[in-house]
Amino acid sequence: MTTESTWQSICPTNDLIKNSGVCALLANQEQVALFQVGEDTVYAVSNFDPFGKANVLYRGLIGETKGDVYIASPLLKQRFSLNSGACLDDNTFAIKTYETRVTDGQLEILG
Amino acid sequence: MNTQPRKIVVVGNGMVGHHFVDEMAKHEGYEITVLSAEDRLAYDRVHLSEYFSGKTAEDLAMTSPAYYNEIGVKFFTNAKVINIDKAAKTVTTEAGETYAYDKLVMATGSYPFVPPIPGKEREHCLVYRTIQDLDDIQASAKAGKVGVVVGGGLLGLEAANALKELGLQTHVVEFAPQLMGVQLDKDGGALLRSMIEGIGVQVHTKKATSEIVDGEACVHRMNFADGTHLETDVILFSAGIRPYDNLAREFDLAVGERGGIVVDNYCKTSDDSIYAIGECALWNNFIFGLVAPGYTMAKVAADNIIGGLQQFTGADMSTKLKLMGMDVGSIGDAHARTEGCKSYVYSNQPDQIYKKIVVSPDGKELIGAVLVGDTSEYDSLLQYALNGIELPTNPDGLILPSSGEKPTLGVDALPDTATICSCLNVTKGDIIAAIDCGAIDVGQVKSSTKAATGCGGCTALLKKVTDHELEKRGVEISTDLCEHFAYSRVELFHIVQAEQIKTFEHLLVKHGSGLGCEICKPAAASILASVWNDYVLKPDHVSLQDTNDTFLGNMQKDGTYSVVPRMPGGEVTPDKLIVIGEVAKEYNLYTKVTGGQRIDLFGARVDQLPAIWKRLIDAGMETGHAYGKSLRTVKSCVGSTWCRYGQQDSMAMAIRLEDRYKGLRSPHKIKFAVSGCTRECAEAQSKDIGIIATENGWNLYVSGNGGMKPRHGDLFATDLDDETLIKYIDRYLMFYVRTADRLTRTSVWLENLEGGLPYMEKIVKDDHLGINDELERQMQNVVDTYQCEWKTTIESEEQLKRFRQFVNSDAIDGNIEFVTERQQIRPAKDEEKKYGVKIQVVDLTPA
Repeated sequence: MTTESTWQSICPTNDLIKNSGVCALLANQEQVALFQVGEDTVYAVSNFDPFGKANVLYRGLIGETKGDVYIASPLLKQRFSLNSGACLDDNTFAIKTYETRVTDGQLEILG
Repeated sequence: MNTQPRKIVVVGNGMVGHHFVDEMAKHEGYEITVLSAEDRLAYDRVHLSEYFSGKTAEDLAMTSPAYYNEIGVKFFTNAKVINIDKAAKTVTTEAGETYAYDKLVMATGSYPFVPPIPGKEREHCLVYRTIQDLDDIQASAKAGKVGVVVGGGLLGLEAANALKELGLQTHVVEFAPQLMGVQLDKDGGALLRSMIEGIGVQVHTKKATSEIVDGEACVHRMNFADGTHLETDVILFSAGIRPYDNLAREFDLAVGERGGIVVDNYCKTSDDSIYAIGECALWNNFIFGLVAPGYTMAKVAADNIIGGLQQFTGADMSTKLKLMGMDVGSIGDAHARTEGCKSYVYSNQPDQIYKKIVVSPDGKELIGAVLVGDTSEYDSLLQYALNGIELPTNPDGLILPSSGEKPTLGVDALPDTATICSCLNVTKGDIIAAIDCGAIDVGQVKSSTKAATGCGGCTALLKKVTDHELEKRGVEISTDLCEHFAYSRVELFHIVQAEQIKTFEHLLVKHGSGLGCEICKPAAASILASVWNDYVLKPDHVSLQDTNDTFLGNMQKDGTYSVVPRMPGGEVTPDKLIVIGEVAKEYNLYTKVTGGQRIDLFGARVDQLPAIWKRLIDAGMETGHAYGKSLRTVKSCVGSTWCRYGQQDSMAMAIRLEDRYKGLRSPHKIKFAVSGCTRECAEAQSKDIGIIATENGWNLYVSGNGGMKPRHGDLFATDLDDETLIKYIDRYLMFYVRTADRLTRTSVWLENLEGGLPYMEKIVKDDHLGINDELERQMQNVVDTYQCEWKTTIESEEQLKRFRQFVNSDAIDGNIEFVTERQQIRPAKDEEKKYGVKIQVVDLTPA
């Protein structure tokens, strides 16, 4: 089954927390972890930790290695690139990533 | 080559059959069908006895219908195969269902051998093999008082342990003159016997049971060939195993003279399309009764089916195990049967230790060993034996107690073929290859070789080999905190203090690079908190905290948190206890008393935390810092107030200390305890700071530790008055906070501190460094600026926003589900979840 992705309005950008995460629920019930890094960049990835099998990624710590920004899961600390979704500790795992944009102060996700 | 096989049918779903499925599922394009005669899928038979010590059938399960569905494996339970049509390549089950195969894999295992003793079919005469057997044993044990195991081998002793756990008066009856005759020599067997008898299990050797008849005091009477007898209510037969090879016999596959489906080095039977693996397979006229060789066979068969050429070339039968709490190990030629070989024996009767090594006729190689009572040398002896490493001139040094020089096996001596991780079959050569390909630390070696990701037992050896190889290549083992800071924690602490740095951003800009990571951020947050003691969730600090500090609770496996209100010294009023109970009831939280004399409430969703804490704070409680690298608890006994023996008021002192240090952030968690007398009911000597009352005041112990490597605290000062005690603790703790590495406990810190305890004494007692005023001032600052983080948090609208699960919805996380066990909640397991666990698979190939 495939569903067309559409831009969904999520929240005002000032609901985000700088250099940390919040979580949003998409229309299709997928949970998305949102991370504001610095002033302008907002990353969106699946909130589900495939190792711990729990919806917790938005509560992890943001890190950076050699220019790649990642989220370290709060459960067993596996790191996932916020750019590609790839797990940096086990290349057989990856999480879904989503496109984001800001329109009139509202954060939108393509999902 | 023929057309590619597609349909794989596996008969049997034991540990080995399941392992084969796992191996096969790694390859695409195969339809795998599993037919299991049992009514459940594979479970762990090696740990079967734990079923009696609380594990459930679910805990022992190795797979689940959900998992097989997920990897696309068809499976049928209660599906006993009764027909194989080799020409048509089909199998048929008892229910009449027929399945076609390209390759058939027999993983039918074995069954317990029951000697043909008249009376063996009587009620309460059982075997020890399946979960069903265990249920039967449990039922029989309830009705009886005495149990007998027939067979004193490895499995027999396991079974005896099970009977003992069930509360039966237990006997072991063995036909041979000794116990564990396959693995142990005569003296080793004799020592094991005396140890087992020492815990109340009676052993009878050289006994052949001639018949089982009605007993007088018990259900049965076993009559032995030597004229003696024994009365018992339950009999377990554990006299060896026999391969399940009846299908092979019936449908004309070659079987051995004494049973077993004959296989070649590819685990192939006499029919080209049929494989046999595990305990039903006879390789080189030998049946392996251990799971590890079965796993290797499963791997070989899977590899052969996909067209590979791996071969099974036998397996090492060396074993190390704990039997009823006793250490037993056996390597290679334990009985010294090799012609011309020589043995060295060390026997220590008072301590119940027996060790023997067997060396080759030229004395250069280790070919066997027996270890009873102490198996600490097993790993290095096994490396000598498996790799043919040349023995030192006096090999007896390998097993003698370390009074003199003990030759140690340096990792350099290991050949490249030495297996380091036996679960994933990683050799020293694989590790060297990973380093040659650019791995520069243990983490990278681990992720590229997968070593130490199975049982984890080889972690220490892996680190040794990796560090050694790195050093050989001139790589310095770095003390940098991480790639963002070329400083150790101690250096950063000094920088923060000397330059009055108050935020991570400031520190990063001045002394670091990049954005930071999960290592430097919490470390910096801890340093900033120790020096300035700001509210940890100030906007500047909030992004630095691990989840536990961010949400002020301990995250559990399902993403919920635990709530622990502070109970200084373990003291609590009935009113507060009632509120805790009410909160637990209202939010349906799992409730447990902790080892640190507090009450732990589990299962709170992140969005429930503020409301829960508001109730607790309104009732006069405050945060317990159970989540922080900070002071956790001060354990206590009731002391002189209530106790007949109490020397001082330990309760008051415990509360005073907990209130003083409760907000202190430190490199690792810290625990205290105060005992009112030397009876030590608070177990103070196993704590970071331990205090024991004397007639004249307080004795102070430091750097004790429970945890992974327990350590008794060192006696630091005696007969202190209250004020001196607190001064000493202020100085000691603050010096630790300043100088320890991140995540280093006080025990490890002290052991690594140059000058050790005498140096600490000079600093704390004699002000050797002239910094005591400063240390005390710094501690006083932490004490004076204490705030309950939860109180501050629930009073801030802005902070409360962070506790919503979703920024755009009031929904709750549907993946958090609980089931009820012993009248309380626990997290649901994957297979118990209503909606299943959704895993999104992502294609990483570039478009």
